[in-house]
Amino acid sequence: MLVRPETREPPVYAVGGIPLAQWRLILLGLGLVVACVVPFALKNFYIFQITLAIIYAIAILGLNLLTGFNGQFSLGHSAFYAIGAYTAAIMMENLGINYVWTLPAAAVVCFVFGFLFGLPALRLEGIYLALATFALAIAIPQALKSTVVEHWTGGVQGIVIIKPDAPFGLPLNSDQWLYVLTVVVAIVMYVCAANLVQSRTGRALIAIRDHPVAASAMGINVSLYKSLTFGVSALYTGVAGALGAIAIAFVAPDSFTFVLAVALFVGLVVGGVASIPGTLVGGLFVLFVPNIAESVSKGLAGAVYGVILLLVIYLMPSGAAGLARLVTAKLMQRR
Amino acid sequence: MELFLHQVLAGLATGGIYACMALAVVMIYQAIDHLNFAQGEMAMFSTFIAWQLIQWGFPYWVAFVLTIGISFIAGVLIERIVLRPLHGQHVLAHVVAFIALLSIFNSTAGFIWDWTIKSFASPFGSGQLFGQNLISPHDAGMMGVTIVMLVLLYLFFRHTRVGLSMRAAAANPESAQLAGIRVGWMTALGWGMAAAIGSVAGMLIAPVVFLEPNMMLSILLYGFAGAVVGGLTSPGGAVLGGFAVGVIENLAGTYIPVVGREMKLSIALCIIVAVLCVKPSGLFGRPVVTRV
Repeated sequence: MLVRPETREPPVYAVGGIPLAQWRLILLGLGLVVACVVPFALKNFYIFQITLAIIYAIAILGLNLLTGFNGQFSLGHSAFYAIGAYTAAIMMENLGINYVWTLPAAAVVCFVFGFLFGLPALRLEGIYLALATFALAIAIPQALKSTVVEHWTGGVQGIVIIKPDAPFGLPLNSDQWLYVLTVVVAIVMYVCAANLVQSRTGRALIAIRDHPVAASAMGINVSLYKSLTFGVSALYTGVAGALGAIAIAFVAPDSFTFVLAVALFVGLVVGGVASIPGTLVGGLFVLFVPNIAESVSKGLAGAVYGVILLLVIYLMPSGAAGLARLVTAKLMQRR
Repeated sequence: MELFLHQVLAGLATGGIYACMALAVVMIYQAIDHLNFAQGEMAMFSTFIAWQLIQWGFPYWVAFVLTIGISFIAGVLIERIVLRPLHGQHVLAHVVAFIALLSIFNSTAGFIWDWTIKSFASPFGSGQLFGQNLISPHDAGMMGVTIVMLVLLYLFFRHTRVGLSMRAAAANPESAQLAGIRVGWMTALGWGMAAAIGSVAGMLIAPVVFLEPNMMLSILLYGFAGAVVGGLTSPGGAVLGGFAVGVIENLAGTYIPVVGREMKLSIALCIIVAVLCVKPSGLFGRPVVTRV
């Protein structure tokens, strides 16, 4: 007797009667509305802080492409952030170039640098790569201070930049304008990242993360893709660095120590490994949680931060994205 | 030639510090298969405990032994309380927990003992050794203690039952568990031992670099460099690597004009990257073979 294949309706994943795909659109729309309201509803200082949070989110997105999607550790992304920031600062102050052009320049410089660092990194895996990148994070501030490049980098003093005003006579002050610029750049970069991850290339990256041997057996050029990912990841973080330099209007070697690298890494894990929206949560965490810790206790700020971090990791070991997945799954079961 | 000899000996002396730290790093790597980024801060905290005990009037060696004991227990407790709940989670979650520990120890030490630098007594006295200025008694003592520690660890891991169980638990947790080894407790024991070794390293290093909450940050990096040069799977290699890093760092600082004092840390970077590119498992490490 022939067994007839069971015919079943394809399952519709929905919460509260609305399919998940539509939920996603609704949330995205809400996010955009909030993003448009922010520059007019808040004080300048808060606008500035949110700008910084978005900049950190872009940097974390870069790290996530490398660590989350391609499985390569990095505790040294502060280096690429620093290179981006210094590219912008040097172009603006020493060469007198308009700040808008510093972003693509920082992107190119960081891509090249990241790609080149990715070549020796090919031989390293896991903890060894984490160590090599950690060493990079420690070495970069020292290199920036060294007398060889002091003429360009301003040594320990760093470089002061003039904050740009809004162009075309737009009725915005410089904080509001920088916010708008950052949001626009962020949207472009997030869309690119989302497309990259869903493309054929993105699948290759994930395949390399999950099983390098199988990936190469399927004809993926593992070395090339890994170094390219390093380059693209550095590109994202470098653009974030350039934006950060313009927003803060100051760069100095001591702003880019390994503390920044560790903060970006923490933001990655808190937001959720291999989650693109999660990086926004990571950016907010990186910016605000140290301040919260300081307001709890000045003397023990580091300890409070550590305890918060431990609690976050206990409560959501796979980050905000993991928590969101869990909640969605629970809500769908209830139906 | 005299300058060269002098620099090599000075390098060996600082290398002793790195060797201590590298040994502690390798120990915990053997026990838990991760690098503990909080290792340096744990050692710093232990050193502060020793300092406090000495301030309270304990003789040096009593304080020394007490500190090792306290650190061992604290290490076991940290594993049981802080890291146990993360068992089976992603590696990245563990690394974040290490970062949290680092932040907690650093800040708490600064809060309790203040951020000012303190001098720490050396048990080996000051003055000259062999009537020459080449190497101080403390440096010699530090190398001696490091080598004794290495030999004891070797004996422990090769010739005792617990040592064998610990190696088995680190190498293959599932099989070890099936063979009746309590893997969880072996990991805790590894943490305790790493904390104890770290405390010895801290107490030996403190007379040289002075005691303060941030004293371990750069030393830990050199320790990592030493461990990587020697190979993370080989305690003896790590000690040799630590000495090598000290000597290379000193010679580069003296003979390469650009390097100078402020670029010395970058040397650690170059050493790490260069060694890893030529020999990914370190000079004395076993290459890691995984089944596909």
